Amino acid sequence: MTEIYTFVSGPLAWVAFGIFIIGSIYRLVSMYALAKAKDGSSLAYMSLPFGLRSILNWMIPFNTMGWKGDPLMTVATFVFHIGFLVVAVFLGAHVVLWDTNFGISIPSLPDVAGDIVSFAVIAACAIFAYRRIALPHVKGVTRGKDWFALIIVALPFITGVLAYHQVGPVLLMTILHVLAAELLLALIPFTRLSHALFVLFTRAYMGSEFGGVRNARDW
Amino acid sequence: MSQIADRIISDPGLENGVAGLTTEKIQKVVNRMLEGETGAKLKAYRETCMRCGLCSQACHFYVSHDNDPSYSPVNKATETMYELMDKKGKVEPQRIYEMAQMAYTECNLCKRCAHYCPVGIDTGYIMSMVRRICYLLDVVPQYIRDTAHSHASTMNQMWVKDDEWIDSLQWQEDEARDEFPGLRIPLDKEGADVYYSVIAPEPKFRTQLIYQAAAIMNAAGIDWTMPSEPGWDNSDMCMFVGDFENMGRLKRAHYESAQKLRVKRIVMGECGHAFRSVYDMGNRWLGHKKMPVPVIHAVEFYHELMTQGKLKITHKYEKPVTIQDPCNIIRGKGLMDKLRDVVHFLCEEVVEMTPNREHNYCCCAGGGVINCGPPFKNTRMTGNRIKADQLRATGVKDVVIPCHNCHGGLEDIIGYYDLGMHGKFIGDIIYELMEKPEM
Repeated sequence: MTEIYTFVSGPLAWVAFGIFIIGSIYRLVSMYALAKAKDGSSLAYMSLPFGLRSILNWMIPFNTMGWKGDPLMTVATFVFHIGFLVVAVFLGAHVVLWDTNFGISIPSLPDVAGDIVSFAVIAACAIFAYRRIALPHVKGVTRGKDWFALIIVALPFITGVLAYHQVGPVLLMTILHVLAAELLLALIPFTRLSHALFVLFTRAYMGSEFGGVRNARDW
Repeated sequence: MSQIADRIISDPGLENGVAGLTTEKIQKVVNRMLEGETGAKLKAYRETCMRCGLCSQACHFYVSHDNDPSYSPVNKATETMYELMDKKGKVEPQRIYEMAQMAYTECNLCKRCAHYCPVGIDTGYIMSMVRRICYLLDVVPQYIRDTAHSHASTMNQMWVKDDEWIDSLQWQEDEARDEFPGLRIPLDKEGADVYYSVIAPEPKFRTQLIYQAAAIMNAAGIDWTMPSEPGWDNSDMCMFVGDFENMGRLKRAHYESAQKLRVKRIVMGECGHAFRSVYDMGNRWLGHKKMPVPVIHAVEFYHELMTQGKLKITHKYEKPVTIQDPCNIIRGKGLMDKLRDVVHFLCEEVVEMTPNREHNYCCCAGGGVINCGPPFKNTRMTGNRIKADQLRATGVKDVVIPCHNCHGGLEDIIGYYDLGMHGKFIGDIIYELMEKPEM
């Protein structure tokens, strides 16, 4: 069991990070090349100030028509994304990981806070799942891919909480947690989670169009 | 949740088109189009769209059908373009019928959903690309197809012959000279400040609008002209059909006829879709980042006349009015403030609709939907109950509508829901209020 742990937290982690980083670069570069080849009439209108204006306006909860119209989704989205980043980077155990593997020392979240945020992220995932099951306008467009993305993103949090609270065999849970996180990392560029890579660009383009050409708000 | 398959409407253009299809042919055309014409934009949209459903609430079709998910923008994209991409075009001919009906008649390309999508998906663009595929497969509603054919053959939307066009202008000049002695509609005047262009339905059946425009131009002392040759029609159904080759021809003819006359700029009549074609789509197809000839919409022109003191009226319009914000000039160009300035200048009282400005609900006629003709009239009527509610809530009788599509659409809605209201172009009001010579 310990060997498995050493393997998943050692070489396999490097593989996962490698796939994530190289995969992301590949996807971004190839998408940009495609855009340059085919979307000249859109690229020409890209504007940094209007792109940023749009991104900023959509980063404020309840600032936009979309966020105002569905408060539950708004809260879930912000809790999920902020919580995800906070836990991934600043959770005590992860801070140790950054330090031992990369020599980067950053402040860590108090354990209780990390725990609460993890639960909040799981709750947000539950809300996403609830919407996919219960709301007709979401259910109708939900496909296997959407469920897959939701599950792989929720798994590291569920296994992490189980490991931290020592539910079930700790070492096994920890191994599963690391595996789940590695799976998630490696799959980001190649699943629906690739929105993490592309959203800034789609948002910025919409912002550029509306700001620079349409002279109207896009929120 | 209803299904598009359950509400198929008989249309000869769609039926005959689908009859000539096989799955192999569909696959070939879809893949050729997706490979050859679309690129990262469409691909990124499909990947980035999280199917969260937030866009649903934006769509007047969805809201008007008691939140029927089938009409939500994300569902329309999922059931058409995303499906074609996922299946690499391997779908049955009947499925193309359903997709065409959805894309041509259940989406006005008004882009209101843009205000609701957190990740910035342009469903209007996606539906335009679906229409492009349907056009390449020759599955297009008959009425709008016919209109696009008219464009392709005569360079105008209404089969107006070259001599009929000049006749109409001279006829209007003649009529107007009874009321305004000395009035001219100058044809082909080289180097004029203003080249006035209209949509072909104006000479065809709303000729009084040309009369009014001439009266306003003359009263304001504008150095203007209208072209006698093809290119005078700024409208563009080819754009909405997905016939981008002819969209390009039309816009080129429009710009070139203005360039030939060496005019300073083009002023367009009160039309929204034509403005979209000139300002947003046709120009880009031709590779113009900026207009080769400056183009302004009638609302901007009236605004100029107003601020320069050239727009003189004898009194203000007394009855309260409300304002329809046409998507193509509001969400398309941001003319909401200028539109309001002009209307407030002309009218005593304005009762706003909610929501308004760039968050306006579409008239449900635009995007070529009204041009799909009688078979789909009920689609527009039931699909825009929300607009009827919005109009009714203002309690006024007159609606200022600076767009031909909105005009047709709202007049239909007003009739169908028995609202007892009436639409007015800004030109109608200016003409009514302007100083006229004693007879």
